[in-house]
Amino acid sequence: MKQFTTFVKKEFYHIFRDKRTMMILLGIPVIQIILFGFAITTEVKNSRIAVYDPSKDEATRTIIERLDNSRYFDVAVYMDHPSETDNIFKDGSISMAVIFSEGFMENLMHTGHAQVLLLTDATEANTATAITNYATAIIGDYQQELLLLQKIPFRIIPEIKLLYNPQMKGAYNFVPGVLGMILMLICALMTSIAIVREKETGTMEVLLVSPMKPIFIILAKAVPYFLISCINLTTVLVLSVFVLDVPVAGSLWWLILVSLLFIFVSLSLGLLISTVTNTQLAAMLVAGMMFILPVVLLSGMMFPVENMPDVLQWLSNIVPAKWYIIMMKSLMIKGAGISSVLREVIILTIMAVFIIALSLKNFKNRLE
Amino acid sequence: MKVIEVKNLVKRFGSFTAVDHISFDVEKGEIFGFLGANGAGKTTAMRMLCGLSKPTSGNGMVAGIDITRNPEQVKKNIGYMSQKFSLYNDLKVWENIRLFAGIYGMDDHEITLKTDELLHRLNFSGERETLVKSLPLGWKQKLAFSVSIFHHPKIVFLDEPTGGVDPVTRRQFWELIYEAAASGITVFVTTHYMDEAEYCDRVSIMVDGRIDALDSPGNLKSHFGAADMDGVFHQLARKATRKAD
Repeated sequence: MKQFTTFVKKEFYHIFRDKRTMMILLGIPVIQIILFGFAITTEVKNSRIAVYDPSKDEATRTIIERLDNSRYFDVAVYMDHPSETDNIFKDGSISMAVIFSEGFMENLMHTGHAQVLLLTDATEANTATAITNYATAIIGDYQQELLLLQKIPFRIIPEIKLLYNPQMKGAYNFVPGVLGMILMLICALMTSIAIVREKETGTMEVLLVSPMKPIFIILAKAVPYFLISCINLTTVLVLSVFVLDVPVAGSLWWLILVSLLFIFVSLSLGLLISTVTNTQLAAMLVAGMMFILPVVLLSGMMFPVENMPDVLQWLSNIVPAKWYIIMMKSLMIKGAGISSVLREVIILTIMAVFIIALSLKNFKNRLE
Repeated sequence: MKVIEVKNLVKRFGSFTAVDHISFDVEKGEIFGFLGANGAGKTTAMRMLCGLSKPTSGNGMVAGIDITRNPEQVKKNIGYMSQKFSLYNDLKVWENIRLFAGIYGMDDHEITLKTDELLHRLNFSGERETLVKSLPLGWKQKLAFSVSIFHHPKIVFLDEPTGGVDPVTRRQFWELIYEAAASGITVFVTTHYMDEAEYCDRVSIMVDGRIDALDSPGNLKSHFGAADMDGVFHQLARKATRKAD
């Protein structure tokens, strides 16, 4: 036991001496939460739009005013001719052009319908969809009001609902994802690098010749990263509750327990990586490409898994973070009980057992 | 008293026989040079003696312990220093000493006493709190050797310990080896430098997994009619059919 504590102490020295890395490890959750919470948002706010309004009547003016007053749009340019749109888009500062037909109000009153063209810059596909939806909704609202006011039978306009709930905070979705990524980063990446570093410098050989049991060497490596993961878990939870106003709706204890299970899976992944690589660079590539990238792409953190091709959906099942994120969404945001995520708990447990068994087998083979 | 007894030790990897029936004994307090070209099987043989790798067949006793049956017990009785630098650069001098002493199960009081004594003997007392990475290479090697025999093992295995060190430091390093041997520690050393082979009490030369020569440097030179160990080595190495890896 004394051997073990001596060794754990040494691992802490390694981490504390490398101040820069330690700052990064502890700072990552703060930066990620702030980035995802405030900078990278899927909501559209204050998009600059250009307007061409040849009729300049009551209807068009009201619509423009409403667009401008909404939190989604700022009317930035009034065009003199619809052909200007091309140049304006090429400037890149405008994300939508609203072009009214001539005699808009007149047409609306007499023929029952009038046309307005919404042009968006679809190079940003998501933004384009979002802002056309907002704009159609605003115009739709106005038409509904006209209907009520004038009591004139207009052509029935299909009611358009906002596909995006403007109140929906992006934060709800990304907090579990960020947690999954950070824990994977620290446990899998850092642990594997720490073990492989000893192989690279040659100290591993000396340790293996010593009476220290190899399994203790590995365990001792995992201890500091386990602690850092716990600190990061706390940071993320505290930040999301107090800064992003994302409540922990479910049981905090189950949340922590489930996170510990995921930390365990990630640590064993780190061990597995360290048994198949011999250089820190290789470990970093394997961890980054095979484990961290899939967390971002396949776990449902950024892109919904349901919309992916079958092959990718199937592939996403072997990404541990996917199951963790599902559990966290249920426990943290939906406030569900542990019974509703039992399936995910079992899957992660099986993964943990399997990975540990595989890496211990690999590790023993390496020693021979 | 014999501290290493090896009889017909064999290690095969598949169809490749890395170590082919080697037999030798090493006496207590002896400095035993273990020579051979790259790929001759030195490292494999040494790994078996250290309990890192199981022999395919044959017997080996290290410090009176069977290396096949009790490799873990072997590890407690030996020290080891590899060609790669084997201390932690980001730990202080005393932290390195304490770590390895702790791994070998020494108690705190003993560690403190011996650390002071060692630093004093090496004239390192001023460097106690220095990070190892800021020491010159020669100092590091000396410290690494001192750490490897800090728990006073019966045998210390040195795997090309002086690689990349200048001749003057090498000479100083060998003085430490002599001191260790005089204190009763058996030294088992592999080296590339033939002038170092001359410092050993006895030398074995491996060719293609077998030990082709084993005697004192003086006897080997007269037997092969060579002026120095370099000449002996080349006569033997020329017979090798195995390619270096």
